[in-house]
Amino acid sequence: HCRMGQEERTSGGGLSTTILAIEFDGGVVLGSDSRVSAGASVVNRVMNKLSQLHDKIYCALSGSAADAQTIAEVVNYQLDVHSMEIGEDPQVRSAATLVRNISYKYKEELSAHLIVAGWDRRKGGQVYATLNGLLTRQPFAVGGSGSSYVYGFVDAEYRKGMSKEECQKFVVSTLSLAMNRDGSSGGVAYLVTIDEHCTEEKVILGNDLPTFYDQPPKYP
Amino acid sequence: ANKVGCSLPSARKTGTTICGIVFKGGVVLGADTRATEGMVVADKNCSKIHYISPNIYCCGAGTAADTEMTTQLISSNLELHALSTGRLPRVATANRMLKQMLFRYQGYIGAALVLGGIDCNGPHLYSIYPHGSTDKLPYVTMGSGSLAAMAVFEDRYKPDMEEEEAKQLVRDAIAAGIFNDLGSGSNIDLCVISKSKVDYLRPHDEANKKGVRTGDYKYKRGTTGVLTKVVAPLDLEVVEETIQTMDTS
Repeated sequence: HCRMGQEERTSGGGLSTTILAIEFDGGVVLGSDSRVSAGASVVNRVMNKLSQLHDKIYCALSGSAADAQTIAEVVNYQLDVHSMEIGEDPQVRSAATLVRNISYKYKEELSAHLIVAGWDRRKGGQVYATLNGLLTRQPFAVGGSGSSYVYGFVDAEYRKGMSKEECQKFVVSTLSLAMNRDGSSGGVAYLVTIDEHCTEEKVILGNDLPTFYDQPPKYP
Repeated sequence: ANKVGCSLPSARKTGTTICGIVFKGGVVLGADTRATEGMVVADKNCSKIHYISPNIYCCGAGTAADTEMTTQLISSNLELHALSTGRLPRVATANRMLKQMLFRYQGYIGAALVLGGIDCNGPHLYSIYPHGSTDKLPYVTMGSGSLAAMAVFEDRYKPDMEEEEAKQLVRDAIAAGIFNDLGSGSNIDLCVISKSKVDYLRPHDEANKKGVRTGDYKYKRGTTGVLTKVVAPLDLEVVEETIQTMDTS
């Protein structure tokens, strides 16, 4: 799984963030934190960074808020047109390609990284990373400034063939750890689970997130 | 750097406190009224709540010219759009138009906006940043006084407030910005938008009334005694008489 550095632009709404997506047999789980910061100030503490591109295709936004939101909205429009042209639901790879084309063409001007994940009939659940204009399918992908703190955790804890519930627990744990350590991530955790039958959006409030060894030591 | 001569005047900014809140039945927008040019107050009573459409208003922080021109442009385009669709314009439409224009200019248009209004889908409130990102929230603050105002909101906001309670909360949030931020000052303007009416309250609260002088340094006529008076008329003759017509075409 390639390590990806994260450049940050700190003007009017940066989404430096923690985002991740993981594939299971029959679908995907996407997760994100909810903090949008402008310098040292948090301008939105409840932003849902999991943006819907199509019925069963979502993308996770990170980097510059303006760039990421604009890319997601443009691709949403392009996918609408494309799915009407082909007369059926688009493939996840098509959505990822549209995102990648914009990221690559404007790579000098843009500062955003979108992880595209979803379910389609042909290949089931898929996760694609589009950083800097590449397109690669991965079993799972993490992104954003908070991802640096959890590479060790995800590399150690990931196992092939996890079930949907195990994947959700994996995503929530990863987000909780990253939000604890990264100043640019925080707020609540948003979770989206996509499979053949349904698309489920969930919010997990701060105090419901799993805690790890956080307690201060008890010295006499 | 230009060491000789005088430096260029800085752009007039509205270092500002603007905010908005969604209450039961509509939105309340609030703004202070100070416009600054560097460290000098250029306008003590400027209007920062701009008209977009009969059901949508927008507060603007940042470069005064940018907020003024941007809101006027989108207001005009939205009116044409509404005539084309035959429907009352939606807040989401105004939001899209504003964010797409600001993104196109990559942040060079320094307009940070709080857009609020009511449409067929209910009341909506958006905050729009100069680079083109937007947030849809129940309460937002922008400008240099945004932290002070947000502190008030985070303490006292509740969903589905009554109109009077919402107005008082917005008034208090702007007051926090006015008194704790150097870039904000003067009076508090409010705009209450609901299904049936729009109340543009300017000013809603004169938080900084100019004081009345208690004393006067004028001397009455006769304080100084007059000893002599000489009147000498000046004999002037008309040398040339020209007529300059005004251009009234």
